[in-house]
This record gives sequence, C-alpha cells and structure tokens, in this order.
Amino acid sequence: MFRGMRMDVMTQQGQSGYADQLAVEIGGKPILLRTQDAAFRDLLKKRYAGFVHPSGRSGFTFDVDVIRPERLVSEAEELEVWQDDGIWHLARGDFRAHWDPRVGRGRILQALSPYAIDSVLRIVHTLIQAPEGGFLLHGASAIRNGRAFLFSGISGAGKTTISRLAPPDSTLLTDEISYVRRDGEGYGACGTPFAGELARLGENEAAPIERLFFLAKGSENRIAPIKTPDALRMLLRNILFFADDSELVKMVFQSACEFLARVPAFRLTFYPDERVWDLIQ
Amino acid sequence: MNAEDNCMAETYIVRSAAIAARKLGGEMMIMSAVDSTFFTLNEVATVIWQAADGRTPLSEIIERRVCAEFDVEPEVARQDAEQFVTELSQHRILLVSDSPIPEPKLGTAEAQ
Repeated sequence: MFRGMRMDVMTQQGQSGYADQLAVEIGGKPILLRTQDAAFRDLLKKRYAGFVHPSGRSGFTFDVDVIRPERLVSEAEELEVWQDDGIWHLARGDFRAHWDPRVGRGRILQALSPYAIDSVLRIVHTLIQAPEGGFLLHGASAIRNGRAFLFSGISGAGKTTISRLAPPDSTLLTDEISYVRRDGEGYGACGTPFAGELARLGENEAAPIERLFFLAKGSENRIAPIKTPDALRMLLRNILFFADDSELVKMVFQSACEFLARVPAFRLTFYPDERVWDLIQ
Repeated sequence: MNAEDNCMAETYIVRSAAIAARKLGGEMMIMSAVDSTFFTLNEVATVIWQAADGRTPLSEIIERRVCAEFDVEPEVARQDAEQFVTELSQHRILLVSDSPIPEPKLGTAEAQ
C-alpha cells in the first residue's frame, strides 16, 4: 500500500534552490547534502564534525527538505527500503527518501531530527558498498600499529566496553557501526560518525583490516579460532542490511564470504579491563 | 531397483535461482535470498546439492553419487536424501518435481 505512494510533498518543495550544502564523507564516499534549512545545516555540522566538508567533490547528492512543524512524513511504522525501477525508496515515520544510484541523486523529506538523516546515511552507505564488496558492520573498530581490528557482536557483547578500554596508542574508528571497504585484494576499515553508547564520534581515519573478533565477555582473556561456517553465520547476523531485495542479499552473502576468505575471524572472550588489549596488537 | 521402485514416480531436484551459495573452508554454505535462511551442508548433502540439475532423478543421484562415493547403505542414503530435499524445498532452496525441471540461471553469488 505505502509503496505505491508518490512523494508529492517532496516534489513540490524541491523546486527551488538549496542555499546551504555540505558534504558528509564516510568511507571515502562524500555525500553532498543540500538544504534550505539553516538549523538543519548546523545540526549536520555538529553531528558529523570531522566528517564534514563545506561542499567539494561528491559522487552523491541529496536535496533535503525539513518539515516544519514537525510531523510524521511516512505511514511506515517500521523502516522500509525497496527498489522500484532502479530507484531506491526509504521510508520510516520520521523520513521519506528516494535515491537513484545511476545518477547519484536523491531527495529526503524529514523532520528536524538527527536520527532521520543518520538512518538515511547508514542505509545509503550499505547500498553504495554492496556492489563494491564492502558493508557496514554492527561492531566497534580501532586502529593499532597501523592495522585495523573489528569487534563485532550483539548488544551487550562488549563493543562499548572494549572501545572504552582502548589504549592511548589506538585510534577508535567507531564503537557502534564499522565501515568495511574492499581495498584491492584486502579490506580496509574506516571511521564513522555513527556512535553508540560512548556517544563519541569515531576518528575519520582508515587502515587495512587485520582481524575480525566476535566478542563475548568472560572471566579471562582468550582468543579462539572460529569455524568458517560459524564465522559466516555470525558475520551475516551483524552486517547492516535493510532492503528486502534478493539481489542485494546475494551481494551481501558474496561479500561476507570474500571477506572471511581474506580476513581471519576469531572469538575474543574478555574480562572487562584494559589487559584485553595486550592480545590486540 | 526393484519393481516397487519402478512403479513410483521419480523425483527431480534443481537449485533455486533465489539463493546465494559458496563453498568455504570445505563446507557448502547456502543462504536463501528470499528469507535469508542460512544452511551449511555436510559432504553428502553437498554432493546432492551439486548434482541437483533438474534432469537427473534423485534416485540416480543417490545411487551413482552418494552410494558410490560414501560408505552408506542405499536405504539409509535414500531416507537421508529425502529428508534433506524436503527440508531445503520447504525453504524454496531446492525445487522439486516429478518431472525434469529446467535449470534456472544462477545468480552471481553462486560460486564454488
């Protein structure tokens, strides 16, 4: 029912020029956001500090219309992401968006909410990365000695804890959503502004991924190998994936397999104090 | 094959196009692109999976591949194979028919 709706509000409001624009660059992919709303621009600058450029190069552009007074802009109670004639549609109560990846342009209608634009950016990055062999992973990541380590797991597994314990000689890329990018024959991890319980933006840096850890809290610090099927199952469970689209499912599956063929995965059981980082070098 | 078997309809199986499959670490892993159900196949199941071309009867796959390559009694192999086929067909990962099935074009994720 909802999927047949036209985005009439957006097409009406999107006719005039967009005075303010800035690019949010994550994973080396700048997304230009154009808006007429100064408050929204200020929100972007603050929320994505370190990932924002005044304008500059960008392969992707979104015109953003902010609804005032604030109200629901979609009938979708749960997030919906679908493709229609090559155009991606995204909808949730607080936003509606569409994006044509062929021309790299899209439009967002949303409330003045950081959560709406945050969700759109996460989804769009998963769609950008899927055909390139990368993905966004529910997990923390950090750089140490020039190499990146991923720490994935369900809520409560210890992502925030291990991020909080990270030593001064490490660079925290994120405590919540890791950005995994295919770099030639290997994979790189990039910082993201998608913060979790630490409420701290990651550093906008990148490094080759050395290892993937699936976290579990325990009474001692221990690293154990994981059988590939188990690692794949856990990895797939933690890759951010929003669209009900069979071709995308295949891409994500293929990406996860390729990743595990190149990056060793382990189970990291840890007692929550800083000594766990002795194992992560 | 006995007279009773000859009277029974043959079963043909073919891999669905709506799946992603990959042999990794010596094991075949399959995910449904429809409901994201994930399966890991053992060696015997992998042989059946790979032979599921829609043209070869299941009985022939069991006889020529499973029984020939593994130390298993034919009746046990048949029961196990039927259970396997039933389970995967319920998730639309394998398509089953009593007549030959055209093999669908597999997606890009089908790599072994």
